[in-house]
Amino acid sequence: MQSTTRQFKDNARAALNDATLRQPLQKLKVGFRVRRAQAAEKLPEFETLRDQGRDLKNHVLENLDFYLETFATAVEASGGVVHWARDAAEAREIVLSICRDHNARTVTKGKSMISEEIGLNAYLADHDITPVETDLGEYIIQLRNEPPSHIIAPAIHVQKEMVADAFRATHTHLPADRPLSEPRQLLDEARAVLRDKFLAADVGITGANFLIAETGSTVIVTNEGNGDLTQLLPKVHVVLASLEKIVPTLEDAALLLRLLARSATGQEASSYTSFSTGPRRPGDPDGPEHFHVVLLDNGRSRLLGTEFEEMLRCIRCGACMNHCPVYGAIGGHAYGWVYPGPIGSVLTPALIGIEEAAPLPNASTLCGRCEAVCPMRIPLPKLLRHWREQEFSRHLPPGRTRLGLRVYRWFATRPALWRLATRAAALGLRMMGRKTGFLTRLPFAEDWTRHRVMPVPQGQTFMARYRAETDTPEI
Amino acid sequence: MPQAPFPTKAASQPHVGLFVTCLADVYRPGVGFASLKLLKQAGCRVSVPDAQTCCGQPAWNSGDRPTTQAIAKATIAAFETFDYVVLPSGSCGGMLRDYPAVLDGDAHWQGRATALAEKTWELTSFLADVMRFEGISARLDGAVAYHDSCTGLRRLKIKAQPRALLAQVKGLTVRDLPNPEECCGFGGTFCVKYGDISNQMVSDKVADILATGADTLLAGDVGCLLNMAGKLKKIGSPVKVRHVAEVLADMADQPAIGEAEGPR
Ligand code: SF4
Repeated sequence: MQSTTRQFKDNARAALNDATLRQPLQKLKVGFRVRRAQAAEKLPEFETLRDQGRDLKNHVLENLDFYLETFATAVEASGGVVHWARDAAEAREIVLSICRDHNARTVTKGKSMISEEIGLNAYLADHDITPVETDLGEYIIQLRNEPPSHIIAPAIHVQKEMVADAFRATHTHLPADRPLSEPRQLLDEARAVLRDKFLAADVGITGANFLIAETGSTVIVTNEGNGDLTQLLPKVHVVLASLEKIVPTLEDAALLLRLLARSATGQEASSYTSFSTGPRRPGDPDGPEHFHVVLLDNGRSRLLGTEFEEMLRCIRCGACMNHCPVYGAIGGHAYGWVYPGPIGSVLTPALIGIEEAAPLPNASTLCGRCEAVCPMRIPLPKLLRHWREQEFSRHLPPGRTRLGLRVYRWFATRPALWRLATRAAALGLRMMGRKTGFLTRLPFAEDWTRHRVMPVPQGQTFMARYRAETDTPEI
Repeated sequence: MPQAPFPTKAASQPHVGLFVTCLADVYRPGVGFASLKLLKQAGCRVSVPDAQTCCGQPAWNSGDRPTTQAIAKATIAAFETFDYVVLPSGSCGGMLRDYPAVLDGDAHWQGRATALAEKTWELTSFLADVMRFEGISARLDGAVAYHDSCTGLRRLKIKAQPRALLAQVKGLTVRDLPNPEECCGFGGTFCVKYGDISNQMVSDKVADILATGADTLLAGDVGCLLNMAGKLKKIGSPVKVRHVAEVLADMADQPAIGEAEGPR
């Protein structure tokens, strides 16, 4: 997917001016946040589980090659095929060749962020294969031809009237005057349309929340059951997953599932948790005839052993963006690539390059709320700051910023001159705004005064008054 | 540079180095004097080293490690001889606690940084948790809304302490904000680099402040206070904005942040 991350500022401004965004973002804040807090509250061992989750994933990352090989062996033992994809292009080609091997015309898809990351839908369509998203949110944004704006609620930004418009424009075989104002009507229509697609599909593609090394199983969680239909009905099931989704055992998966559902939606468990292990065996009532797992690296292994390794613990629950005040103000599209919110601001530079994603690590107050809720205890603010350091040492910040920092350093390491400068600033500002107590305009500070006034200092600096009043010698 | 005199270690009267912080120094000297008064009331001997400037946050949050290191070293040298370093700011206090990370890789300085970090305290938590101070003697009639600044709240776990101290102020009711954990949108340079996003955040915060019906807004960080006061004044709100130390020290008779001097 092409990124528009360089235009982050313009994207953000457009989002702030988009009145249709305010209501969904408000809903997200009260909904997801409250439900997560209640779920965490109800489970006394929740904080301990977070520690265990962190430790488990750290262990996996230290032994990633071992667990990946174990997983691959187990998949093959159960009759499946494992494909290794170094980058997005390789992953797309692998999926296409599987589809071609089976003369696929239509593929159904369960929600998969990896599919978004590698731009699979557009690629398949270019090669005359029709991809159909089956998660309702994904289906809606597919019809609207836009990327997801949230990793677990991809169409959170779309109001129901906008859904109705998209359905009318697409489902032209249905009467034009049918009522579509109620959520129920929209849901029923999507169901009916998708049901036919499920039956017609030649290949089903899903993502994976976890890959289990000991059994070679892949796990997805959904609330709509669409994942099951996607992976069971077609004769070929393709699982798209990135390397770090691996866990050693079923029990480990259970630990992370408990954290995932609570952190994501506040549920104790998602409505459907589906395990796939190889193709259908003789005597199985259903299941695909062919089972493929595509393991995508796409820059992740480069993060191992670096200060960004901790990011690979992420289980994509979305809690960080649900609690992020910046995401809450601008929504997901402004971030300009696949992964929005704090996780996106850390991951995107790693996957598409810091030059391309330069604005993201800076667009944060480092308020720390993401880290406070991240089930895997990923220190997101620290990682954002690491990216800022990388930018600084690569001279990416604008000259004005760098000059400002040089001046700042010069004064801040010279206390006597610092005192003169601060004294001058305090008195100067004071003189300019004595009457009102604030300034409505201030040269070089328009970015502040456009939205706020600038309160003026009380007069002398503290240091000056303190010396004068106490008459103590300098120490 | 002359050093602070070596502290006489009297557990009953600890020697505190007051780090006023640059924003309080320039914008709100009253906060410095309120801090001094409170620390003395709590039984501390207080010194204000002249070698203090800024804690280094603008550089640290801009990814400029070399500058942060230079400032950190100067701050450590200026304050390490005291029993405690106290700052009327959670965010600058958090910065000093970050010094060991800033100086990572330099064993000598990291050791000194760790020693400093361990005795660094934000003002209200120092008064409540370390000094167990219960002798607030102040009066303010009215209702205040209290905003928990992010670094103080999440990094330094400051929430109960200012409220416990404010509970001793006569005539005062403290109200919690709706969405009490939400950032006000200041974020140091963030508020000018991403002014539009910051504006949305501070607008939401101001709506929450007004929803409490309080006549005064208090917080423990001058940066956040300037941001919120700047927005409140911009929309013409009469809500007064003060640092919590001013109220605790019974010094809330000076004009509030963003208000003119003279008869009120
Ligand atoms: S970074 Fe943490 S909170 Fe954010 S999606 Fe990943 S696991 Fe969830």
